[in-house]
Amino acid sequence: MKNNDLLDAWLVLVLAAVFGAALAGVYIALTPRILQNQRGDAEKQIPALVPGAARAEKTDVGGETVYRATDAAGALVGWAVPARGQGYADVIQVLIGVDAAADRITGLYVLDQKETPGLGDFIKDGEKYLNQFAGKPAGVPLTVVKKDASAANEIRAVTGATVSSRSVVEIVNAALERFRRHRAAAGA
Amino acid sequence: MSSEPTGPGPLDRFTGGILRENPIFRQILGICPSLAVTNTMEGAVTMAGAVLFVLVCSNVMISLIRHLLKPHLRILVFTLVIAAFVTVADRILAAFLYDMSKQLGPYIPLIIVNCIIIARCEICAAKQGVWTAVTDAVGQSLGFALSIAAIASIREILGFGTWFGQWFGWRVIPVAPPAVWSPWVVMILPPGAFVTLGLLMGAINHLVARSRKAAA
Repeated sequence: MKNNDLLDAWLVLVLAAVFGAALAGVYIALTPRILQNQRGDAEKQIPALVPGAARAEKTDVGGETVYRATDAAGALVGWAVPARGQGYADVIQVLIGVDAAADRITGLYVLDQKETPGLGDFIKDGEKYLNQFAGKPAGVPLTVVKKDASAANEIRAVTGATVSSRSVVEIVNAALERFRRHRAAAGA
Repeated sequence: MSSEPTGPGPLDRFTGGILRENPIFRQILGICPSLAVTNTMEGAVTMAGAVLFVLVCSNVMISLIRHLLKPHLRILVFTLVIAAFVTVADRILAAFLYDMSKQLGPYIPLIIVNCIIIARCEICAAKQGVWTAVTDAVGQSLGFALSIAAIASIREILGFGTWFGQWFGWRVIPVAPPAVWSPWVVMILPPGAFVTLGLLMGAINHLVARSRKAAA
């Protein structure tokens, strides 16, 4: 009885297939709504991320969706760039605020993360981590250090969450590099 | 099939989950969420709702397929069933209760490893009929909900001065409390969870021991 094991496991295989299909259905049904929630969350954050922003409208720069933030008079005050990338546990999604010329970071907000509770989830903590990003240059890649930041482009990692800290910095670097390139090309 | 093992009846299963076999204070299962999400009532209620959904669905599913289970593969089947329903619960929360989904973060996906659920699949659903499995799931979930609500009430009131502060804005301690009072920040932080859980468990053990002595 060589194929006994496979026969034994038929229930597991059938259940895996059925649940896989059912979960795919749930994803298809709910994803538009979840994305809409995330967009709503993102738009609420923009006044805090881009100083002086009164309104934000979605635009397309080089094929990527970004938010163009304007003040009450309608003048461009900055941009909010959504970005995502792999963290320690799962995908991290952030929203980066930059000034009108995309030269300086004005703020950073974590939209979604599933890092280790109590360690990696400090990346969403303003005082411990996120507030450092405001005022950093957007044109040079940021680097992570384990002691207090000394250079202008250094970010201090959260103790015990070096991988998560580094992931966020890499996501920010990659997104800003792309955005600055696309923006220059589009002349926006 | 005639030799199906019997266990406590539906009503017994239901009441047992709330008191005699309370998952947190008597079985000491599901301690991770009861420590992690109980600094607000909103977190506790959302977690309890998600556990109710997952436990009822998993118990029903396992009870329906209990005659097909192979002893050496049953834990695998339990895990598969639980993981599927937890994923559904996680997506539903992200779609309809986005703020809570963000606040609870990874703790909703972590229901997969909540021992209450796999224990009920093993103890009840894999051996008893669907109706008993449902009452068992509801009883255990209510026991879990009441326990974490008790912990969350103490922590939120002492730590924030509110009860359901985010949803209803109910203040228990006035915004400008008398000078002798200051919020217990430790209650919002993890140590507050351990201290509250320990004290409540001690109080319940004391009451149980006393009523047992009185009965003897």
